[in-house]
Amino acid sequence: MTRRRSVSARPDAAPSLFEPTFESTIEVASAAEAAAELYEEVGQTFPGASPGAAIAISTLTQIAKDVVEGAFIPLWVRGEVSDFKRHRNGHWYFCLRDLSSQLRCVVWSRDQRGIPAAPDDGMQVMALGQLGVYAARGEMQFTVRRMEADGDGLWRKALELTRQRLDADGLLAPERKRALPRSPRRIAFVTSASGAALRDVVAVLRRRAPGVELVVVHAAVQGEMAPLALCAALDQVARWGGAELVIVGRGGGSREDLWAFNDERVARALAACPVPTISAVGHEVDVTLCDLVADHRAPTPSAAAEAAVVSRDELLLTLGAQRQRLVTAMEACLFEPRDRARSAGVELTSAMSRRLGERQSSLAASAGRLNALSPLATLERGYAVARDAQGATLTSASQFAAETGFTLRLRDGDVDATARAVNPLPERPR
Amino acid sequence: MTLEQTLARLDEIVRQLDEERLDLGEALTLFEEGVTHLREAAGILSEADARVKRLTELADGAFTLEDLDG
Repeated sequence: MTRRRSVSARPDAAPSLFEPTFESTIEVASAAEAAAELYEEVGQTFPGASPGAAIAISTLTQIAKDVVEGAFIPLWVRGEVSDFKRHRNGHWYFCLRDLSSQLRCVVWSRDQRGIPAAPDDGMQVMALGQLGVYAARGEMQFTVRRMEADGDGLWRKALELTRQRLDADGLLAPERKRALPRSPRRIAFVTSASGAALRDVVAVLRRRAPGVELVVVHAAVQGEMAPLALCAALDQVARWGGAELVIVGRGGGSREDLWAFNDERVARALAACPVPTISAVGHEVDVTLCDLVADHRAPTPSAAAEAAVVSRDELLLTLGAQRQRLVTAMEACLFEPRDRARSAGVELTSAMSRRLGERQSSLAASAGRLNALSPLATLERGYAVARDAQGATLTSASQFAAETGFTLRLRDGDVDATARAVNPLPERPR
Repeated sequence: MTLEQTLARLDEIVRQLDEERLDLGEALTLFEEGVTHLREAAGILSEADARVKRLTELADGAFTLEDLDG
């Protein structure tokens, strides 16, 4: 008979497990004796009790297997890894040993999902598994389903291996980081629709940037399904194409709660996002792979919201400054034409006055010449001009008629006169 | 035009006015465009409520936004 003890799921609490009590030893021995007596009564030999009753090896190992597997519930054991081999069929084989003993171990490929990374030889690990017997070799074998290494060794190793792969593909390069839009109007948030992270982000947006639309894209953020759910949500955001910025994240939790954000598939989906990304995963000090791949890393969802939007007050100030710059720039553009107009005006004025001056002097010269030819000058010299009543100049005796009035224009006035007789001179030969 | 694009265009306009030799007609056109963008941006910023929606993909691959109580 076996006595089952409750075994803690914590590796550090692994007890000294199987302490057969005095009573149980007595019970086992007396049960065997009782069985032998029973066989003798029916005239048969107890199996294995004589050459004639020899049992097959496969029978024995099968019985041993049943006994061992029945005797132990899954347990955490501690030891150092050696002879680690990854078989072609995907299973892992290795030994766990301490100073005096060793135990052959196997991890079936289907169970490897629960283990962050394959252990290295020499690593001190705690492994949860079932002790059994590998019948083909007649060896004890420990079938491991979970494993942890001292100091988070396996997690760190897994993280480091994935990080190296992402790095090799250039996904961590600083020059890949895109600038965040200054004032997105529509932000996608990949997170759990019922999580605290959503409430935090909404509160920050309400306070800082009313008018910004937050579009929640729901995904499980912890548990086995989380990586695929996050990938699917990121894929939706990309295909939808309606967001100017994507935040992906969740509130704080244990390392295991946050592990989906270290999933290689999630990190790659985030890196492939067509718009800038902010990673906001909990309050954990550790940086997740999503943090490394995102364009911006925020320590918490609230911080992500702060980073995502400039506050409205700040934007209004910026707009005011833009208006001032616009006006100043426009004035600067106007300055040169205005200046040119002014100097053109000056030139025009001086050109005009120069031209006017020239005109004036030529006018004076003309006036002089005019004066020289003027009949007024002749009048000045004492001559008179005869004109008829209409003012036409009378220059020939034939224009006069006897007893007809005419006017004489003299230097200082007119004299009305009447012709008494007209005496034309005889015609002069020409 | 998103607010982001509007702000970027404003930057560009101010830079052009500052740095490029433009004739007066071009400068005035840019200035007027800038003033229009300033008005638009101020209008967008005056919107009052933060809206919280949830993205849902329909069977035919189309997307809808549903109101979500934030």
